Amino acid sequence: MALYTKEEKRYNWLSHLILTFFALLCIFPFYMLIIGSFTDNALIINQGYTFFPTQLSLDAYQYMGYMADTFVRAYGITVLTTAAGTAGSLFLVSTMGYGLSRKAAPGMKVLSFLVVFTMLFNGGLVSTYLIYTSVVPVKNSLWAYILPGLLLNAFHVLLMRSYVVNSIPDSLFESAQLDGAGQWTVYSQIVLPLSMPILATIGLLVGVQYWNSWQNGLYYITDTSLYSMMNILNRMLQDVRYLQSGAMGDYGGELMSHMPTNSVRMAIAVVGVLPILALYPFFQRYFVKGITLGSVKG
Amino acid sequence: MGGRAESGSLPEKRNLRRELKRYLPVYLLMLPGLIYLAVNNYAPMFGLVIAFKKMNFRKGIFGSEWVGLKNFQFLFQTEDAWIITRNTLLYNIAFILLGMVLALFVAILLSEVKNKLSLKVYQTSILLPHLISWVVIAYIVYALLSPDTGILNKRVLPAFGLDPVNWYTSKGYWPFILTFMHLWKGFGYSSIIYLSSILGISGEYYEAAMLDGATKWQQIKMITIPLLKSTMITLLILNTGRIFYSDFGLFYQIPMNSGPLYSVSNTIDTYVFRALLQLGDIGMSSAAGFYQSLWAFSWWWAPTPWCGGSAPRTPCSRKKGGFLWPFTPKRKNAITGYPI
Repeated sequence: MALYTKEEKRYNWLSHLILTFFALLCIFPFYMLIIGSFTDNALIINQGYTFFPTQLSLDAYQYMGYMADTFVRAYGITVLTTAAGTAGSLFLVSTMGYGLSRKAAPGMKVLSFLVVFTMLFNGGLVSTYLIYTSVVPVKNSLWAYILPGLLLNAFHVLLMRSYVVNSIPDSLFESAQLDGAGQWTVYSQIVLPLSMPILATIGLLVGVQYWNSWQNGLYYITDTSLYSMMNILNRMLQDVRYLQSGAMGDYGGELMSHMPTNSVRMAIAVVGVLPILALYPFFQRYFVKGITLGSVKG
Repeated sequence: MGGRAESGSLPEKRNLRRELKRYLPVYLLMLPGLIYLAVNNYAPMFGLVIAFKKMNFRKGIFGSEWVGLKNFQFLFQTEDAWIITRNTLLYNIAFILLGMVLALFVAILLSEVKNKLSLKVYQTSILLPHLISWVVIAYIVYALLSPDTGILNKRVLPAFGLDPVNWYTSKGYWPFILTFMHLWKGFGYSSIIYLSSILGISGEYYEAAMLDGATKWQQIKMITIPLLKSTMITLLILNTGRIFYSDFGLFYQIPMNSGPLYSVSNTIDTYVFRALLQLGDIGMSSAAGFYQSLWAFSWWWAPTPWCGGSAPRTPCSRKKGGFLWPFTPKRKNAITGYPI
């Protein structure tokens, strides 16, 4: 079927042209960010940020090296909370999703409703904040990054449930029951291994959310030694001199006063997104699957 | 699992107990998740009553004194109540409409790409902004707009002989900047949703149309868009359901919390945040939060006359599926076999 009309060919070229424009529009800013971190600071001050710097420099990264302990700690906190949060979330999502798929169990309709209702309505920041500072106090602890808001997403539960309902045959559950397997065995030996594809997708979605999360830190963390990568970035955005102020540790005023702030800002941002930029192309299909699976059926 | 349905009323009770016992391990498995929902989602909903109280930390949320509508009085005495409502609604309406047009446009273009590799490259690129934190994006925007080192002021504007602009204090530009940034971050996501719907359309329609000599534009107008209607409506309903909520990251990070821009960048969410954590005014912020929840709640529960008045709001064709809307089984058109 290689019978393309002239009109179709023209249309095809035009769509490629427009799509290339959109694709560049989405990628170019990240190039800008990275090149900004390698641009000589004096050049930025004199001529502004640029797409094609005439003078490259590694100063920014050198300065980040001087403050290595700060960044290593922040990075560690980000990695740790991302890993713990993702693991916890996968446990909760898989158990809830499996449970809701057992429609014969009494009360599952009500529980489904309770889960879905959280997608439509929430108590808002103030009462959530009050709960997490009084009932479950997470202020200035690593739990603040893990618990509030991100741990269980109703949408992911529904993804899991529909996966169990549609992709694991009923006969499998029945024969397991005939063999005398309990519900726990069914969950751990049948549901979990067979749900790996959906769990991988959900895990990636949740992992990115945890990595990018800065709101929990903004609300609940005031102790600067507990800052995650995103919270250092957030803080620096509001206050350029923040790193020089010595709030993150004592690095010697003389050295810090020469810090190339303009390029250091970019360098820290680059380090913050690097894992996502580097891994994303390999996991791209999982993200696309996650979007198309749940969003709209039919 | 069926079978038991036909049992009479007396054995039913015994059955219920037996069923509960049989599924006990399932309930136990779900327990951690349910506890989390209770703490993270439901307790704050009850916590909304704080809007009618004067918060006293020693007495807690429920022990604090009632003050009636005083918090709301304070809120609505200020000009802010009007500004944040206007901003939240207008931005959302612009985002929804422009976002839909842009996403449809890109999805239709994507659906024409036959080469697998280029399709993958396009998809990967346009989805990238969606995965990046607003904080990092704010750094990129700053590199463009910074008054003394930004690319626009230092390079682009001089090239056209224009004077530099102090972006972070000139509010006239921000409705456009914020809308642009929202679209930039989100269009890839919705395009991919639309694309997956387009790919579900049977190729026969297009073949038949081509045999009849339909142009590309006619095919898009007469086949693609009408068949995407249900996807468009579901996304529309989903988005309008969040019309009183705003993307906190966008409105807080991108304008860099700049005071002179508040009148065009303040939404209900940023207002609640600032009142709570920067001013420490729990009364005012909880009143604003309650006001937002009230709007949202009435949106979902208001009857929809065009769906026969069913509440909560769900797409009409799936009334039976009710709440579990995205996951109700596909209904198919009897003639075309294409899902409705």
